[in-house]
Amino acid sequence: MKIDITTPITREKARSLKAGDIVSITGVIYTARDAAHKRMLENLQNGIPLPVDLTDNTIYFAGPAPAKPGEPIGSVGPTTSYRMDAYSPKTIELGLTCMIGKGARSSAVIDAMKKYGAVYIGAVGGAGALLSECVKKCEVVAYEDLGSEAIHRLEVENFPGIVIIDSEGNNLYDTEPPKYRK
Amino acid sequence: MREIDVALVRDAVKEMCIKANCCLNADVYGAIKKAQAEECSDVGKNILSQLIENADLAAAKMKPICQDTGMAVVFMDIGQDVHFTGGSLSDAVNEGVRLGYKEGYLRKSVVSDPLLRVNTGDNTPAVIHYNIAEGDKVHIEIAPKGFGSENMSRIYMLKPSDGVEGVKNAVLDCIEKAGPNPCPPMIVGVGIGGNFELCAELAKRALLRPVGSHSDKEHIRQIEDELLERANRLGIGPQGLGGNTTVLGLNIETYATHIAGLPLAVNISCHVTRHSECTV
Ligand code: SF4
Repeated sequence: MKIDITTPITREKARSLKAGDIVSITGVIYTARDAAHKRMLENLQNGIPLPVDLTDNTIYFAGPAPAKPGEPIGSVGPTTSYRMDAYSPKTIELGLTCMIGKGARSSAVIDAMKKYGAVYIGAVGGAGALLSECVKKCEVVAYEDLGSEAIHRLEVENFPGIVIIDSEGNNLYDTEPPKYRK
Repeated sequence: MREIDVALVRDAVKEMCIKANCCLNADVYGAIKKAQAEECSDVGKNILSQLIENADLAAAKMKPICQDTGMAVVFMDIGQDVHFTGGSLSDAVNEGVRLGYKEGYLRKSVVSDPLLRVNTGDNTPAVIHYNIAEGDKVHIEIAPKGFGSENMSRIYMLKPSDGVEGVKNAVLDCIEKAGPNPCPPMIVGVGIGGNFELCAELAKRALLRPVGSHSDKEHIRQIEDELLERANRLGIGPQGLGGNTTVLGLNIETYATHIAGLPLAVNISCHVTRHSECTV
């Protein structure tokens, strides 16, 4: 089923999305990858608040290429999500409802998704040039010193994805490949 | 003795960094097109169409095919009758990388220390492999390599008794464990023989060979064909969402080894396997 989603995504909305749904996302999403996650959660432990309120928000695991003159952003496809597995249970607990990335997630992340109501959406890895066309605006909102790994606020239009793991723990990576195994 | 100014090397490296990252080579592009026609899953077919569209767009706009423009891996075969002038050769290669990644709007993805992790800001240093060849020319190959797939690569120090079956099982195990993480469809480089470090280099070099090419050793060629066929029966499919397109190409390179060993390295790469080459 093809579903248009507008961010922010409430817990209730996240729970309504099912593995296999083809989605098209419009609104504000934030990039964060390894270094930004590490810093966010280390800061939090030291009592420093997060630079972005995660409630009902979407994090795109991505680090864009630099923008060419006249363009909002360079190529920007998803990075491999398991490297954020150490951090995602905490970000979900803090209010995050949607993660966009590629590749497998740990059981701890899936447990947190089930407990709090969050969804994991896959974007096509390696289609960074194509996906950059959906980004209408991009600005760095935190950790500028991290370069590509800084937190970027993106305004996206019709960003394409597929729900890979839903809030009940249904997981396309487990259910689909066996159908084609010979 | 032929004199070559290192500035020539610098300029060639710069141009190749940009070209390799923005223009998908014809062999890989053709392999994706062929797979798109033959993929049995609708979702998989759609993903492969998007990869073709993505490659077309990247080349038209000279934007990187993938935002992970990789670490620059440079292979140089240097003729033994060449004398470099104008400064340090390694500095010139790194300067070429620096200029290419800056002027090509490519992502800077290198940290100066693996534990302190501060970005160098210009994608240097490159990983450089020097090799001495005959003649008075310099052959340069650049293979920017992303780490989504690099992280899925493995080394196996097999025993001679593991034999050819042990090699096949390990390669398929590596591909299966990589699953959806390295942006399948993958391209797989396999190095067999040598020692601990050489088998890894052979696997990397295997990725430089065009998709669809074959080893000139008959027994290796058979293993390449069999493993490619079996890998595509694993069901992983485009992006790991199921299908019969899991691996676009599988190349094997070999070298002599020790009586006690059977080293094997599997270098997993993705559908954005890039390389560019030139002779100076
Ligand atoms: S694995 Fe390849 S296609 Fe995927 S993000 Fe890395 S470089 Fe890009």
